[in-house]
Amino acid sequence: MDVLYFAWVRERIGLPKERIETQAATVNDLIAELCAREERYAMAFSDISALRVAIDQELTDFDAPLDGAREVAFFPPMTGG
Amino acid sequence: MDIRVQEAAFDAGAELNAFTQRQENAGAVVSFTGIVRDVTGGLCQMRIEHYPGMTEKALMQIAQEACTRWPLGDVLVIHRFGDLAPADQIMMVATASRHRNAAFAAADFLMDYLKSRAPFWKKETTADGADWVAAKDEDEDALNRWTAPHGSDTSSGDR
Repeated sequence: MDVLYFAWVRERIGLPKERIETQAATVNDLIAELCAREERYAMAFSDISALRVAIDQELTDFDAPLDGAREVAFFPPMTGG
Repeated sequence: MDIRVQEAAFDAGAELNAFTQRQENAGAVVSFTGIVRDVTGGLCQMRIEHYPGMTEKALMQIAQEACTRWPLGDVLVIHRFGDLAPADQIMMVATASRHRNAAFAAADFLMDYLKSRAPFWKKETTADGADWVAAKDEDEDALNRWTAPHGSDTSSGDR
């Protein structure tokens, strides 16, 4: 699946998008997998309460299942308007 | 419904005139224009990042939700992304309805939702450097008045 990062999450991880092969069952599982990879992920995901997640462009929760997901995006709370 | 996400500047006055002219049964048009504000003094630039694809979808959903809550003839949302300078127009919404209460309430609702639920992020550059604008608790609280019991009652004509 494609994993996208926006705003300071993108800056901390150092890329806007990557393709990840994963068996992770939920968003939380995916985050644990990423954090185990490299320090920059652990830094970006150190405080989940400061983050939002979308699966296939719909806001969702961190315990949401990834079954069939094509695109997962992580970003800080939105500041539009 | 007219939803636009664009990098280019827009003319809020011309957009509002065009929107107003194409309404056939509206007795009221309400509009809001958001402008880049120099809160701290010394703002050089504001960069707006967004999530192409999700942004358009989220704005459409918010506009559709407004149409189910109030009898609207039409909705316009324009939101820019990219580099903006102080005093630039960031975004506008306009609503048309037969009566002003619905048009006012729907514009208010649209603004509350697109501030916290449309995937835009602002980064401000000052002489001291660049930093992401943090979401405010009060913006999240503002959503609660539309979801709390009787929260939308304020729109039904008693103000």
